[in-house]
Amino acid sequence: MHELTVSPWASLAYLVAGVCFILALRGLSSPASSQRGNRFGIIGMTIAVVTTLVTHVPVVQHLLVSDAGPTMAVRTIDWVTVVEILAAIGVGAAIGLVTARRIAMTAMPQLVAAFHSLVGLAAVLVGVAAYLNPQAFGISNLVIPLIGQPFAVIHPVSRIELGLGVAIGAITFSGSVIAFLKLNGNMGGKPIMLPGRHVINIALLAAILGLIAYFVTDQSAWIFWTITGLSFVIGFLLIVPIGGADMPVVVSMLNSYSGWAAAAMGFTLHNSAMIITGALVGSSGAILSYIMCRAMNRSFISVIAGGFGQSSDAGGPAAASDRPWKRGSAEDAAFLMSQAEQVIIVPGYGMAVAQAQHVLREMGDKLKAEGVRVKYAIHPVAGRMPGHMNVLLAEANVPYDDVFELEDINSEFAQTDVAFVIGANDVTNPAAKTDKSSPIYGMPVLDVEKAKTVLFIKRSMGGVGYAGVDNDLFYRDNTMMLLADAKKMVEDIVKALD
Amino acid sequence: MDFIAILSIFVLACFVGYFVVWAVTPALHTPLMAVTNAISSVIIVGALIAAAAPTVLGAIGAGSGVAKALGLLAVVLASINIFGGFAVTARMLAMYKKKERPVAK
Repeated sequence: MHELTVSPWASLAYLVAGVCFILALRGLSSPASSQRGNRFGIIGMTIAVVTTLVTHVPVVQHLLVSDAGPTMAVRTIDWVTVVEILAAIGVGAAIGLVTARRIAMTAMPQLVAAFHSLVGLAAVLVGVAAYLNPQAFGISNLVIPLIGQPFAVIHPVSRIELGLGVAIGAITFSGSVIAFLKLNGNMGGKPIMLPGRHVINIALLAAILGLIAYFVTDQSAWIFWTITGLSFVIGFLLIVPIGGADMPVVVSMLNSYSGWAAAAMGFTLHNSAMIITGALVGSSGAILSYIMCRAMNRSFISVIAGGFGQSSDAGGPAAASDRPWKRGSAEDAAFLMSQAEQVIIVPGYGMAVAQAQHVLREMGDKLKAEGVRVKYAIHPVAGRMPGHMNVLLAEANVPYDDVFELEDINSEFAQTDVAFVIGANDVTNPAAKTDKSSPIYGMPVLDVEKAKTVLFIKRSMGGVGYAGVDNDLFYRDNTMMLLADAKKMVEDIVKALD
Repeated sequence: MDFIAILSIFVLACFVGYFVVWAVTPALHTPLMAVTNAISSVIIVGALIAAAAPTVLGAIGAGSGVAKALGLLAVVLASINIFGGFAVTARMLAMYKKKERPVAK
């Protein structure tokens, strides 16, 4: 019999680490307490790592043979392994810190996707290591048969936990790699539709679950490797058909999976820090996915099924109609805004692409200097990940109390002189409120059309938003289209304001 | 710890997570993802156990050498995440500033 003996002190330390992680998330309830929260996270992680290092000091056994005859085993610290582990941490720390310092804020979605893939892969590696050396993890009994070699029999419950952990880890890994490639532009944002993909996915999922059940009765290697392999495949197939603007949901979902993978491993190791963290991260990602889906008025299933607006060409008016619209210049925009009492700026993914956040803040400052009230309105799915626009505005030094969420500011558009839309499209489309045939009908949108004047920056009149529907807003009497690159246009407005 | 004790911790932690995450202000959703990503790398605990386990000779230890190598690799990956995740979160959070109020004279 070999059971993992954990000292009560170690268990207590892991519990403290878990509590630190709860406090880390708790700190994010306001920007003022958020940095303290992050420090709690670092403390928790330090406690978890140090506890593990102290309770699992690598040892080597030497056999001492004395002249008298009896041999005795002496255990000494295996310094080679200690150095290897510290070197591994050091290498990871160097890569992580350099990446964190160098990364541009606009590249945050792909960085987060890349980080998720690492958690997934680490979970798979730990699962494989536990399968190959179950005695070290204390999840098996050593059986010494009368004839033949002794072998380790993994506990049935541990087999389920191991199977689930590896499967979720593998899905997280391959899914995040695809999400990264799409967000980073290495792979087109357009959904890639495989014929019969739903049938394939459901069959794969059933096969994985079936194999995990079978793994309980038979711990053969082929079952374990097949579970791992199929999970890599399904992660890939799940994310490939999902398009660019649905990425906020995907990134949140993968965030959730990385948590469940950690929790499954926590079950295997009977480790409370891992279980608490896994549950926290898992529910965090699930809630974010829910918030994103609600903000698009779409069910989670329909997002995962993929392909928004691709099959529903019939719905909604045809793109780029020849209805009349008004074009404005940077000087017109500057004049209108400088005369306004209140201006609400509505940023979207286009602002991130054009890197226009800094010059936008400059414009805001100039307007404020002229006595204009400037506010920012953010739709929950603006950008490519939850909170994407908030981070970019914070980077540009926009104070966070000037930035408002949809439900907090929507009633103000009616009393606003100018709504300034930069890089957003579908989230401002009034058709979502009125046109039942529109694919985006029912999605909560910003009521920009209620402002006295709408200034809408767009590259050209040809393109449509992600949903593939024309925006009614362009043809309204109170809308003025500013056709140019977002950054160039705002720069021109800033010049005109001087 | 028996399975039910562990399951209890898990279920209660899910509820804690539910309430704590709903309390997070939407403006901080990106830092939330970065920090949850960093803390989910607590999986490094498993990686450290695998890396620190003594390699055993003979049939019973056939996989222990490979397991150790995989453990070390997992330590590297998880460390990238831990250091990178906390550092990038700190960098983001440092950018969130309140409006500067004019100082009364």
